[in-house]
Amino acid sequence: MPNEPSIQAKNLTKKFADFTAVDNISFSVNRGQTFAFLGPNGAGKTTTIKMLTTLLRPTSGEMLVNGYSPVTNQDDVRRSFGIVFQDPSLDDELTAYENMQFHGVLYKVTNLEKRIEDLLKFVELHDRKNDFVKHFSGGMKRRLEIARGLLHTPKVLFLDEPTLGLDPQTRNHIWSYLKQLNKTEGITVFFTTHYIEEADRVADYVAIIDNGKIVAQGTPKELKKQTKTASLEDAFLSLTGRKIREETAGAAEQMRMRHRLWRR
Amino acid sequence: MAMEAIYILWLRQLKRYLRSRSRIIGSLGQPLLFLIALGYGFGPVFQKAGQGNYLEFLAPGVIAMTVLFTSIFSGIDLIWDRQFGFLKETLVAPASRLQIMIGRTLGGATVSTLQGIIVFFISIIAGFRPANLAMLPFAFLVMLLIALLFTALGTAIASLLEDFQGFQMIMNFLVMPLFFLSGALFPLAGLPAIITLVASINPLAYGVDGLRWALVGASHFGPGLDLVVLGGLDALFLVIGAYLFSKIQI
Repeated sequence: MPNEPSIQAKNLTKKFADFTAVDNISFSVNRGQTFAFLGPNGAGKTTTIKMLTTLLRPTSGEMLVNGYSPVTNQDDVRRSFGIVFQDPSLDDELTAYENMQFHGVLYKVTNLEKRIEDLLKFVELHDRKNDFVKHFSGGMKRRLEIARGLLHTPKVLFLDEPTLGLDPQTRNHIWSYLKQLNKTEGITVFFTTHYIEEADRVADYVAIIDNGKIVAQGTPKELKKQTKTASLEDAFLSLTGRKIREETAGAAEQMRMRHRLWRR
Repeated sequence: MAMEAIYILWLRQLKRYLRSRSRIIGSLGQPLLFLIALGYGFGPVFQKAGQGNYLEFLAPGVIAMTVLFTSIFSGIDLIWDRQFGFLKETLVAPASRLQIMIGRTLGGATVSTLQGIIVFFISIIAGFRPANLAMLPFAFLVMLLIALLFTALGTAIASLLEDFQGFQMIMNFLVMPLFFLSGALFPLAGLPAIITLVASINPLAYGVDGLRWALVGASHFGPGLDLVVLGGLDALFLVIGAYLFSKIQI
């Protein structure tokens, strides 16, 4: 068992009507590894996460999360991972504690109260547990989401741009929690980020995806060596090019923008 | 048993409702206006036409209207959850989509029934007097049946929509006709054939009729038929809503 990979993808492909978002990718993440999945906007990162986390069915290919198939064994997969989505997924009208409670009941967590207390302490939100999430800052929401993702003691934690839009202090904080977890509980961490220097610092292994294809994978050191660059950011740019990627805003993004305007 | 998932989703809807006091109060303005403006405005004409007290006739219709609007909105509210992420949190949980949909719908229906009960009390303040207080539980049951039907319908519609752009169309071409052609505002007897036909295929007409029977003692279709139609459509719309909800892709 210990050598069995935590996440495995083999020839994974996802096609939408007229384009291929994820094109025949294969990779493997070992247990306890911190795995960075990097790529420009629209490269296929989020689509891959959605497939691994049972939200989308792949067009073809195989994958295993914690030994289970996200296609045929959804509930076992769902119990075995925690996730922090790219955009906030908390209920603003509930308190921090209630958000945790909601999650705990859905996942049938035993000894729930103690577990919530412990995790809220871990992310340093215990004194705010009865406050409504709508009064939280971006960083506090992220910390709460991490605590929530860990509530059911998952073996794998998916983080889709967990530090986007946060100040360096909060980012550091978040990574120190994650490192600690990774060390003490051996949780596998699968994350995406646009802050390449972050990946350089924390990731054991990196895969770079562009236009739906994995263009390189290896340790940060190997990638730098392969591209003869000094930093992972330069390695990233040399692998994916310097052209800016245009991503059209979908319905969700437009709504979020309007929502933000109305809030002001 | 999987009751926990249903329960926690129900509880969430209820908590959100009880906490949005401005929403509760705001949504009572319209029924109040209908009761006062129409109830007192058309009262004399109605009386002269030999139909009796218009407020007595109107109050069950306005209660049904409140339940209809609140239910459709709480179903459609799913779009909001879908775009602001919370739905994802529930969809990656080890609970079936059926449980999630049922919990959400029961929550929305409970909220709508509560709104209906509040409007019932408002109509009493406005001068409405129910014929028989012993029939009140039956009235609340009819409200719940109306609420389930339209929350499930709202959920079904929301499962097909990505944003609120089609919302105006749903209001104008579905919700408003459902309300205005339900007999909430006027008696269904002696109307042009086409209106009678439309009313007889309008689910809300049976809800209004059942409520009117419970509160005033008068019925057009008969309470038995009202209950059968409402109960049957509840089951049907729950199935359709659950199916479409299970097909949502994020």
